[in-house]
Amino acid sequence: MPIQYYIYLCLALFSIGIIGVLTRRNAIIVFMCIELMLNAVNLLLVAFSKVHNTMALAGDKTSMAGIEAQLFVFFIMVVAAAEVSVGLAIIVMMYRNVHSVDINFLNRLKN
Amino acid sequence: MNAIIVSALLGVVMMFSGIFTTNKSLIKNIAAVGVLVLLAANLMEMYDLFAFDINTHDLIVTQRYGLFFNSIAYLATFIYIVLSGNDITEVGVNVAEYFALIFFVLCGVAILSSFNGLLMLFIGVEILSIPLYILTGSDKRNLKSNEASLKYFLMGSFSTGIMLMGIALIYGGTGSFGMVHTTLRGVVTASQPVSYLLVAGLLLLFASMSFKVSAAPFHFWTPDVYDGAPSVFTSFMSTIVKAAGMIAFIRVFENQFTVLGPTWRIIVDFVIVSTLLIGNITAVFQQSVKRMLAYSSIAQAGFMLFALYANNTEIAKEGILLYAAAYSIATIGIFAVLIKLHDYTLDGFNGLAKKEPVLAFTATVSLLSLSGIPLTAGFFAKYYVLAGAMQAGGALWLIIVAVLLAAVSVYYYFRVIQAMYFKSGDPQTLPITSGFKGVLIAVAALIILLGIWPSVLLSWLYF
Repeated sequence: MPIQYYIYLCLALFSIGIIGVLTRRNAIIVFMCIELMLNAVNLLLVAFSKVHNTMALAGDKTSMAGIEAQLFVFFIMVVAAAEVSVGLAIIVMMYRNVHSVDINFLNRLKN
Repeated sequence: MNAIIVSALLGVVMMFSGIFTTNKSLIKNIAAVGVLVLLAANLMEMYDLFAFDINTHDLIVTQRYGLFFNSIAYLATFIYIVLSGNDITEVGVNVAEYFALIFFVLCGVAILSSFNGLLMLFIGVEILSIPLYILTGSDKRNLKSNEASLKYFLMGSFSTGIMLMGIALIYGGTGSFGMVHTTLRGVVTASQPVSYLLVAGLLLLFASMSFKVSAAPFHFWTPDVYDGAPSVFTSFMSTIVKAAGMIAFIRVFENQFTVLGPTWRIIVDFVIVSTLLIGNITAVFQQSVKRMLAYSSIAQAGFMLFALYANNTEIAKEGILLYAAAYSIATIGIFAVLIKLHDYTLDGFNGLAKKEPVLAFTATVSLLSLSGIPLTAGFFAKYYVLAGAMQAGGALWLIIVAVLLAAVSVYYYFRVIQAMYFKSGDPQTLPITSGFKGVLIAVAALIILLGIWPSVLLSWLYF
């Protein structure tokens, strides 16, 4: 399959994430959309890893090119997990104080 | 490597110290000593004494420049903890954890000043950001703090997503996460056709790094977050963290101009001008000094971006270090005074000079330094970065705009000085110890010293 298909799929997932972040009002759903963005990136990195590996194999049968992108994916997963733990704690903290996870709450500082 | 490992270890030490003691001032003193240990470890590495010899396979390359920036950041943190440490212990009950998080942020600072490749850039930015989300929300019962924390977190992770997309596209275009773009055809230069994936990736990376240093048009989170966070942590976020973000920004983009050629400058021009305009003009209309300082930190980011524009000229590289030092110390000074006041509006400063002359004096010196008046550190900082942009060429109109807007900044900084010295009032302050006053005088002296002999600092870079 051509790499373009993967790029289009990833950009579509990424755009869905961005649109979700910009339009949804529930903090948890906004958060899920951010995770969707990260996962789109993961998919793209793995696809590119395969592409670069295939290109390198043409010249060198034992090439390991492209492996660093897959390593990067693991780092993204770890960091995303750390962000989830902090983010959910923040959302719970907010819920305890205002009994809502609505983003519209975030307009009090503006005045 | 010394700084990265020692700061992470000290973070763990601080977390454990919370188990064994609840004595707030003891924990604060442990943290202050810890920062000194960290500074010493970093200075050791500057003189080629390695406590840890780790082969990172070129993921991290420590250079004297980055190590020197670390030293500045750690010195500023030391001043910060000595000045505002008692206020950190007043934010909530988990005192040791606040200091632990500060040390984890310092670990991120060390990574951001020495990363080599986009993987470590990403890790460094995240290590820097995630503890800050927590510190912003550390005043758990305060709705403003909650709101600032959630807003910072959502926008911060959104920009992380953008950054990762940028990195993935750059990888797609080049096949490496390296700082100098190589493809299978060899090193990418302006003469070769550039992959559209690489260009799109660089733009996304640029946008997300602009977000991290709060450059317009990605600055919207800054005033709200800086205003809502507990003031002590605003002081930390707007100084050391912002300077580290700026160093990372410059480090990751210093080689990118060769890829895109002169068209790149148009984007940097746009970001610098809009950052300076929005920061300075909006700051004029603020009634709260804390919020005014948030906008002024946007404006100062605009000046620091001139070092990015100057693209590797020697004077700009020195300038950004001097700017980081001058800006951090001055902002820590003014925030230390602000924290002691009950009322953060301009009226809250009325008559401070009569009641607390030392506080008013240090605040004045800090504000003069921020506005770039000669004989204070801020003057040479602004001079160096603008001179760097001048050497790089083609930016005369940009420099004129910057100088004009620096004149605007004098207006809003001087309103605070005017309130302190020429208006009468009875400002309510928290109890102020004589030790605190002594450190404040030392901070003012340091600002003036750097303003008269900036070479004292910069000669360290070479010897």
